[in-house]
Amino acid sequence: MPEFITELLTNHPWLIVAIKVLGVFAVVMPMVAYSVVAERRISAFIQDRVGPNRVGIPFTNIKLLGLGQPLADGLKSFLKEDFTPGHVKRIYYWMAPAVSMTPSFIVFAVIPFGSMLGMQKMVIADLNVGILFTFGIVSLGVYGIVLAGYSANSKYPFLGGIRSSAQMISYEIAMGMSVVPVFMLAADPAWRDGLTSDWKAYLEGTGLLNLSSVVAYQSDSLFSWLIFKQPIAFWIFLISIFAETNRLPFDLPESETELVSGYNTEYSSMRFALFFMGEYAAMIAGSALMVVLFCGGWTLPFGEYFNTPAQGLVQGIIHILVFIGKIAVFLGLMIWVRWMLPRFRYDQLMNIGWKRFLPVSLANIILTAIVLWAAA
Amino acid sequence: MKVKRAKLSWLERLYIPSILNGFKVTMRHFFSWKRSEVYADKQSNFAAKTTMQYPEEKWPVPTGYRGAPYLVKDVDNSTKCVSCQLCEFVCPPKAIRITPPGRDGDVDREGAEKMPEAFDINMLRCIYCGFCQEVCPEEAIFLLKDYVITGENREELIYDKEKLLSLGGLDQRAYNHHVQEGVDEGIKKWEKKTQDAKNQAEFH
Amino acid sequence: MAAKDIKPAVETVTVKVDGRPVEVPRMTPNWEGKPEPTTVLQACKQVGIEIPHYCYHPKLPVSGNCRMCLVHVAMPGRPGPDGKAPMNDDGSPKVFPMQLPYEPQTPRGVIGCATPLVPGMEIYASSPETKEMREAIMESLLINHPLDCSICDQAGECKLQEYSYDHGQAKSEFEEFKVHKPKAVNLGPRITLDAERCILCTRCIRFTKDIVGDDALGIVNRGSYNTISTYPGESFNNNYTLNTVDICPVGALTSNDFRFQMRVWFLKETKSICTDCGSGCNVLIGSRENKMYRYEPRQNDAVNGHWMCDSGRLNYKWIGREDRLNTIKSPKGAIPWPMVLKEISEHLGSVERGSVAIVASARQTNEELYLLNHLAKHLGATTDSVPRRGKADHLMIVEDRNTNTTGAQLTGITTKRVGSKLSSIAKSIRDGKVKTLIVFGEDVTKYGIDSNLLNNVTLIVSDILPNETTKLADYLLPGCAHAEKRGTFTNVKGRVQKFMKALEPPGDALPEWEVLHELVHNVTGLDGFKSIEGLFNHMAGEVKSFKEAELTWAGLGDLGADVKL
Repeated sequence: MPEFITELLTNHPWLIVAIKVLGVFAVVMPMVAYSVVAERRISAFIQDRVGPNRVGIPFTNIKLLGLGQPLADGLKSFLKEDFTPGHVKRIYYWMAPAVSMTPSFIVFAVIPFGSMLGMQKMVIADLNVGILFTFGIVSLGVYGIVLAGYSANSKYPFLGGIRSSAQMISYEIAMGMSVVPVFMLAADPAWRDGLTSDWKAYLEGTGLLNLSSVVAYQSDSLFSWLIFKQPIAFWIFLISIFAETNRLPFDLPESETELVSGYNTEYSSMRFALFFMGEYAAMIAGSALMVVLFCGGWTLPFGEYFNTPAQGLVQGIIHILVFIGKIAVFLGLMIWVRWMLPRFRYDQLMNIGWKRFLPVSLANIILTAIVLWAAA
Repeated sequence: MKVKRAKLSWLERLYIPSILNGFKVTMRHFFSWKRSEVYADKQSNFAAKTTMQYPEEKWPVPTGYRGAPYLVKDVDNSTKCVSCQLCEFVCPPKAIRITPPGRDGDVDREGAEKMPEAFDINMLRCIYCGFCQEVCPEEAIFLLKDYVITGENREELIYDKEKLLSLGGLDQRAYNHHVQEGVDEGIKKWEKKTQDAKNQAEFH
Repeated sequence: MAAKDIKPAVETVTVKVDGRPVEVPRMTPNWEGKPEPTTVLQACKQVGIEIPHYCYHPKLPVSGNCRMCLVHVAMPGRPGPDGKAPMNDDGSPKVFPMQLPYEPQTPRGVIGCATPLVPGMEIYASSPETKEMREAIMESLLINHPLDCSICDQAGECKLQEYSYDHGQAKSEFEEFKVHKPKAVNLGPRITLDAERCILCTRCIRFTKDIVGDDALGIVNRGSYNTISTYPGESFNNNYTLNTVDICPVGALTSNDFRFQMRVWFLKETKSICTDCGSGCNVLIGSRENKMYRYEPRQNDAVNGHWMCDSGRLNYKWIGREDRLNTIKSPKGAIPWPMVLKEISEHLGSVERGSVAIVASARQTNEELYLLNHLAKHLGATTDSVPRRGKADHLMIVEDRNTNTTGAQLTGITTKRVGSKLSSIAKSIRDGKVKTLIVFGEDVTKYGIDSNLLNNVTLIVSDILPNETTKLADYLLPGCAHAEKRGTFTNVKGRVQKFMKALEPPGDALPEWEVLHELVHNVTGLDGFKSIEGLFNHMAGEVKSFKEAELTWAGLGDLGADVKL
């Protein structure tokens, strides 16, 4: 690396953060775009259709199985009329799409999407309270939808907004409770002593709620993944993520059959696209959280090359790719489930959230506590 | 009416078996899709696909399909329409507009008295009901098989007489009859009439 | 003929029509209006049963050649040697259905148009026998018919078409060659004959011979080759030829003016009045989508019977002319109606009494003339109109070529000597006494008030077509043709008749009565009505002869009402 760049980066550490942010955006935005394409193609295959298979490289006849579709979709969104109905509450109406999309992206700030690249940890903000930050930000996502529903000033968006707020609050509780046992295991300072020196150096100065710490906890072997240690917690967390991202079978805020398009009924053009991107960004963020909390983050239990912080550039990139691969698996699952399950009735949704998941997650905490106490 | 619902077992109430079943069904469909080349050998793959690759694959238009209405020509290449305006009268969306020739109109066939000066069909208004074909006493207008009617502006989609005649082409039925029978019966209606009149003029 | 036109008959005859005993007058006026014994066809018509017919026409001599009105009848028996008519067992007179003399099984029909009623006879107007006769006649009439309805101008108002649907058969038994006759023959300058379509009813021949008195048409050739024709080298060109197109029951005679212009089923028919002379012939305007296609005479026995002259019938093309006035002109340019009317009202409200003169047109409606006269009285204005004279003929055209001279006289716009005050108006302008001239629908430069004089006055003009006067106007108000507004005319004999609106006026043009109503209201305060009906009823209460005749708009009906002159 040229001297002056190294100097520049040393003197201005915020530049490194900015580069990381750009990097994350550069990866997440295409992922959003292509998860939409994947959604459409997979749904088409499941329904014995073809799906978008035409758009390839612009101005050529190369079709690439429709992989150029995001370009066309984006272009279309930009060219559509950005219509603001006369009856909306304008400020909120204009704010809502941004408010809805931003939290999904902020979550990526604390997620360790790789080990090391060069001298840098592959996490934008290596917070000691990573998980708390995540929950704090995720709960902001509901405001976008509620604002959209409220500002549109018409009945379907309004109902969608109400449903969404009730649903997200309900499932946030179950989600939060389900993660507690994870940290009951992972936030035990004792296990860190057994780590390799690489890991020790890597976790130097981080707190126990740090997400990299959770990754380190799971790096040992396949069965140290918390998905196996805390299956109930994983199950509740997974389903809660579905609910938090308004994915089927929990897409009651949109439910086309009853509410036209729910909270985004009155939106068009790029504003609508922002909601759309927000939903997929939230899916990716949720998948990333699941990967970090339950599936070993960027590690793979195939020896030191994969489960200790990277020394070289290639190893670092491989770790990032592993992380992205794991996210892709979860995205696939979410898409798959969408085309399989029918939508819950609203009372069923509430029933599951409050009367099943909340008690079960509480019981899980107690069970974990008992086991830990007994082991101690 | 009170519907008696089956009581679900504990396992069923857990939803998980149903969900797994769902995975199975969707997977089966996902993989049963023949991902053979979409554009290769349309015939053999056609049955397996429910989606047609439209511009490359064309839908086999069934007989009796009501496409765009066009004017047809008689086998001697003359206009069949005599501007009786019945189609204009019967057209529910008022898509047809005929300008009668007046006293000094041109005709393109010997013995004909009247042919439309202008014959416009607004394809944007046409609803393909086929009333014009049904009402036409001269069998001059037919709903042919064209279903792709596109244009870049509204004016372009008002088809005039020349366009309608060239799109309609020869009256296929009359043409087939002509070819098969080798006679003019039923077609070239005016030719026979004109000939009769000529013969009788000599007789006088 | 409508039932109400028949004078109450003293003597009646009772016959049975389709088994129903009916009482009809013994005598009915014939085509000349002279009483003649009522015929079977007339009797059936009077009781509401239509006997199909081609050659019979109520205003033409009966010729009985088309045979379409064949009906089966039964006659009462002749008195026997004992002087008594044959009776049924129950004591009622016995009737004998008519049969062929040597073929008693075959019913024999009589032609309804020429068979006088016999007391006690029975008419089987819709029996199977009668129907069979009609079918046979229809088939025979259609033998040589070219069946080219899709081309024929008559289609839609063709009796052959109508009766073919009602009384004809789906298929003809005729297998031989059809006879071809001359097509598109110019009988005269306005008439085209298609001899193939002709059924030789001779209505046209009788009309031109007996009504017009021009024995121009006849039938030539023999048998199947019978053809209507003019005398060789002669032209069928009297001024009433187009009536033959109306009375021709088929498409044989067609109007050159209307030939291939528009199918009749598209035409909207509006009741109106011909404006070509003072006769005020009743007409129907045929129009489609704001374009006028033809006049047709409308039956009014008090005015024009069934007929009208060719010159009047063809005098409609000016209505759709390209150069029609359609924008308002004022010193401030083309301003909208409310502004221009306000300005004129203010001007007229401020003028000195006696400094205004009005030249109205005797082609305007009674209502407009009345409003103008009301305005004139208020302003102390001199008013007059313009005379227009032509040659009268023996039938319908009168000398006075203004449509509404009588109306102008009755409303007080002009005197018996129309145009007598024009020179004094010209003098007053020259003397500077008259400073404002209102002209409606006339070119005054042709009548002694030349452009030099017009430059000295404030000139308010309303007209339909441009002329010298409209060019000089300070205020130009585009007006409407009679087909574009409603109103009434009074004809030379004093018959007040109303006409209806067929077309929308072009551009800014508004009916003159609306404009005048606004003006007169602003200047004089005249108020109390909004519609033409209200205006007419108001006028009928103010104008002496209208008041005496107790006219109302509704009371005029379609045929009008007479006033005493």
